[in-house]
Amino acid sequence: MSNVAGLEPGLEGACGPRAKMRAMQPPATREAPWLAAMLIAIALTFLALFLVMPLVVVFVEALGAGLSAYVAALSEPDARAAIGLSLTVAAIAVPLNLVFGLMASWAVAKFAFPGKSLLVTLIDLPLSVSPVVAGLIYVLLFGAQGLLGPFLIRHHIEIVFALPGIVLATVFVTFPFVARELIPLMEDLGNGDEEVALTLGATGFQVFMRVTLPNIRWALLTGVLLCNARAMGEFGAVSVVSGHIRGLTDTMPLYIEILYNEYNGVAAFAVASLLAGLALATLAAKALLEFVFRPRDVEDPVQRVRRP
Amino acid sequence: MQRSARRHGNSLPGFGLTLGYSLFYLGIIVLLPLATLVLRGSSLGWHGLWGIAMQPRVMAALETSFGLALAAAAINAVFGMIVAWVLVRYAFFGRRVLDAAVDLPFALPTAVAGIALAALYTPNGWLGSVAAACGIKIAYTPLGIAIALIFVGQPFIVRTLQPVILELDAGLEEVAATLGATRWQALRRVVWPVLAPALLTGFALAFARGVGEYGSVIFIAGNLPFVSEIAPLLIVIKLEEFDYEGATAIATIMLALAFVLLLFINLTQAWSRRRLGDV
Repeated sequence: MSNVAGLEPGLEGACGPRAKMRAMQPPATREAPWLAAMLIAIALTFLALFLVMPLVVVFVEALGAGLSAYVAALSEPDARAAIGLSLTVAAIAVPLNLVFGLMASWAVAKFAFPGKSLLVTLIDLPLSVSPVVAGLIYVLLFGAQGLLGPFLIRHHIEIVFALPGIVLATVFVTFPFVARELIPLMEDLGNGDEEVALTLGATGFQVFMRVTLPNIRWALLTGVLLCNARAMGEFGAVSVVSGHIRGLTDTMPLYIEILYNEYNGVAAFAVASLLAGLALATLAAKALLEFVFRPRDVEDPVQRVRRP
Repeated sequence: MQRSARRHGNSLPGFGLTLGYSLFYLGIIVLLPLATLVLRGSSLGWHGLWGIAMQPRVMAALETSFGLALAAAAINAVFGMIVAWVLVRYAFFGRRVLDAAVDLPFALPTAVAGIALAALYTPNGWLGSVAAACGIKIAYTPLGIAIALIFVGQPFIVRTLQPVILELDAGLEEVAATLGATRWQALRRVVWPVLAPALLTGFALAFARGVGEYGSVIFIAGNLPFVSEIAPLLIVIKLEEFDYEGATAIATIMLALAFVLLLFINLTQAWSRRRLGDV
């Protein structure tokens, strides 16, 4: 490796034009055609089995009993309550993480300070924690047996098995989504524009609203979309803190579980199809944003990949 | 302003406010609740933790979660590498759509994935019936759990490898070819050393996700104690039985593992950066 690395800078100049010529003939940097075809076939089969078919089966099962059964399943009072609760939870959790994402990315990307990489690691921490553990920690903190349980009971404050607990668990699992979308971009953009605005007499708030925000708005939108999809769809963490009170603390994914366990497949898949549709719309919007607003020097949207 | 300008090398405002808010929010949402778990876990003592971990049912659940997450991550490593390579290096019809679709397991709620996979792989499902014809039972067995974990882990490998394959200098492979290396030698000696650290990172991410995964697994798993019961489900069961100690102990073990994996991921990434910096 080190040999090749040492040779590379000197050879690049000499190789450049020749490399272009060689692109005309079957290049030495490609696999044989039969092997390439086989690799593509393997990749397509794998993606078909593990991406396409699970998605297709949701819609097929949902509409399997006809459109009227589909509509009937979605207009059940419990279904409407679940949809409403999921929307409410997302409407609270997403703005909270949006504000945090903006604050954290400003601090991390614009300033140098000791412990910065630790902070970035801690921001990502919720992604490594099992959703069930994420729910459990709030039960241990706010539940009847929990650390603050006696205090909350005395003051008649309900957190676990009520909306606040569901929101907290959702905020935890969607915690890094906006921040991790913004931090790399804002680090790339640097501080130059903001400093110019400051010397021209703008206040800090004006700098953020008129200079920073326009630069990051599409990444911000991507982060919000991903955060929202996860907030509407979180299952494990919410399942632990919700208490499963039908029509009251059942979000859409929890309602899906109940229907499925009652062997009401059509209704379960009907509600699931809404979430699958949301996931598809989110991915489409993300791909579109990356395609339209990719940096000019990058020729392929494939290049704008983010670490999962 | 003056002081902060000197300290951070720039004159932008808002450092105190944004960092203070970030730390406060991180503290109350993430660190304080996690500290509660660690506190409750440590109050059990090593002896108590060990005792609960050694209960046969807990042991079996941990083995199931860890073993199958490892297997699923390994399978994903092989296929994920092929998918990432194909998506970056080859042009074919539908590539961009597939590339966007790789993120589907991130965006699709786990409960939806769970019932979809269960429907596909039950003996009368589209794929389950094929497997049943070959005498293989997938749904409600550990094999079903592995399938679900492959589904959720898949994008971690692909998305970690893609940028690295993209950054690969094809010129190096060309140099190897001009120096007389076969294609296989070039891949093994030139490409593989660059991909390996990223693959390890992706593997660790997929493994970490697999160990903690709940929603997509429980519908297809059958959830038989000692056979197909995963550790996160056992936490839920213990909670429903008001066995807070048991739930806390299992969660503490899983959290400790998450920390170790996070450390490992950061190390492999630092290794990868050093490595790629050299090339």
